[in-house]
Amino acid sequence: MGFPALPAETLTALKLAIDGSFLAFSQRHGEAIERAFLPLQQALIGAEQALLACPWWLLIAAVAALAWSASRRWTLSLGCAATLALLGAFGLWDDTLKTLAMVLVATALALAIGLPLGVAMARSPRLQRVLGPVLDVMQTLPSFVYLIPAVMLLGIGRVPGLLAVLVYALPPMVRLTSLGLREVDADVLEAADAFGASRWQRLWGVQLPLALPTLMAAVNQTIMMALAMVVVAAMIGVQGLGQPVLKAINNQYFALGLFNGLAIVAIAIVFDRIAQAWGWRVQRHRQPSGQSGHG
Amino acid sequence: MAEPAPTLQLQGLGKHYPGAAQPSLQGVDLQLPGGAISVVMGLSGSGKSTLLRLVNRLVEPSAGRVLCGTVDVTALASEPLRGWRQQTTAMVFQRYSLLPHRNVLQNVAYPLTLRGVPAARAASQARQWLQRVGLAGVEASWPVALSGGMQQRVGLARALAADAPVLLMDEPFAALDPLHRRTMQDLLLGLQQQLRKTIVFITHDLDEALRLADHLVILSGGQVLQQGVPAAIVLAPADAHVRDFLQGLNRGRLLRCAALVQAGAPVAGPALPAGATLAEAARAMLAAGVQQANVQAVDGSHLGTLAMAAVVAQLAA
Repeated sequence: MGFPALPAETLTALKLAIDGSFLAFSQRHGEAIERAFLPLQQALIGAEQALLACPWWLLIAAVAALAWSASRRWTLSLGCAATLALLGAFGLWDDTLKTLAMVLVATALALAIGLPLGVAMARSPRLQRVLGPVLDVMQTLPSFVYLIPAVMLLGIGRVPGLLAVLVYALPPMVRLTSLGLREVDADVLEAADAFGASRWQRLWGVQLPLALPTLMAAVNQTIMMALAMVVVAAMIGVQGLGQPVLKAINNQYFALGLFNGLAIVAIAIVFDRIAQAWGWRVQRHRQPSGQSGHG
Repeated sequence: MAEPAPTLQLQGLGKHYPGAAQPSLQGVDLQLPGGAISVVMGLSGSGKSTLLRLVNRLVEPSAGRVLCGTVDVTALASEPLRGWRQQTTAMVFQRYSLLPHRNVLQNVAYPLTLRGVPAARAASQARQWLQRVGLAGVEASWPVALSGGMQQRVGLARALAADAPVLLMDEPFAALDPLHRRTMQDLLLGLQQQLRKTIVFITHDLDEALRLADHLVILSGGQVLQQGVPAAIVLAPADAHVRDFLQGLNRGRLLRCAALVQAGAPVAGPALPAGATLAEAARAMLAAGVQQANVQAVDGSHLGTLAMAAVVAQLAA
């Protein structure tokens, strides 16, 4: 026996009504919304062009320098440089940079939005109760579902792709920020209060620095989530390593899919190692022995 | 400090945490003299930590007032309260509460940094205070790399660097081993001789209380049982509870002849300084084979006599 569902006509009418009203909404406001997101599009294009305009050796040197300053280990620095060189050798250089541009902009945005939200959430249990379920929905709702309205409003392209990445990558940023701040030792905060720290001095001078390891994990998670969305973003026209994967899926090009997929993994590993090394270094003060005291 | 440290007055102070069956503190009236060490002594759950935090309003009182000199602390709005804390109070904590991400020097300079003192000046002052507490040379260490005793020296240096006339100390030496505890007590007493701050010192340790206190407050069940000069409390406990607290106390080493001296003409017997302990007095009388002795002031003038019976009565109490 089938479940006594609502009559098919009712459901069809309901769906038609929703579609109709959304269509009307997008026709009426589509242009304004598109204009509102223009700066985002420009940021994406700017980042992409800047990376593409950069000579390849300069980029590799920059990443190697970043790895070294984060870890002070030549092995990591060389490993990162070699990984990038390998990507270039396999003809994936431009696609890698396009993906990189997307990930960087998405991470910067996630930080800019997620950090203040996380701070606010750590302060207010009420906001936490409201925001918690929203974050859950953002992480579990299949991305295609919210891509449909995004594409209807903004068309195919970079911006809806970025939004899809953001929706997916933002929750860990917010949640981990809030968690990190709430985990800060209450005794230390009391000391700050006792010496007359302002709320701002408390946040910048005590809470955020002490939550830094968790914040680093949050940034790391955000980057990983963004990379995980590269192929989905490619479906709505985002350039980069996702496009060849999509082509490979459609045409059963095993090697093409493998190369590009592994390239995504390689970027993820490079970012992850750099972020982790840096996370360790900012925690030097937590180790009782070792090279303490000379930082 | 140019002007003398302010007296703290707690008037009808009470704290009832929401949801708690009993108030943590009730009707506390205290006058803590300026420039002196007031020790608040009580067992765990007596409300002594709460009492300390009511003074600088880390805990908001549910009743009563706190006056610091002429400032009504309880009436301050949040911004003036912050300024008052920066200028007037400093605090030392039981578990040190150092900022783990700042090195020792930066920790000591922290109160100055909060006040906006230029970094170079803050650092040089912090360095001086580290020297005063005997910690020169570890400026660049992380707090976690130091032993408990050293961390608490940093905590003390931080509080002193704040250059505040009121020093609030929450069981600062309770986590240290007995030897370090004694060293730190001596350090505090030595510094206080020069600094003359108004110190409120919380402890559960009777020996520590009696060593440090100019003014002793005994707290139990959120109420003040007795307060006054330590020797006066030891000689005349207000009730059975206070007597319980004082049990097992070595009176012979604590009480001094001045507390038991009786007016009277000089007698045949040894001459004792007023500051001699009862144990010393008893030994002197035994050695001389007499039952009484003369007590002298610092300048050698006759203050009165001391009877062996009175000494024995105290030692046996």
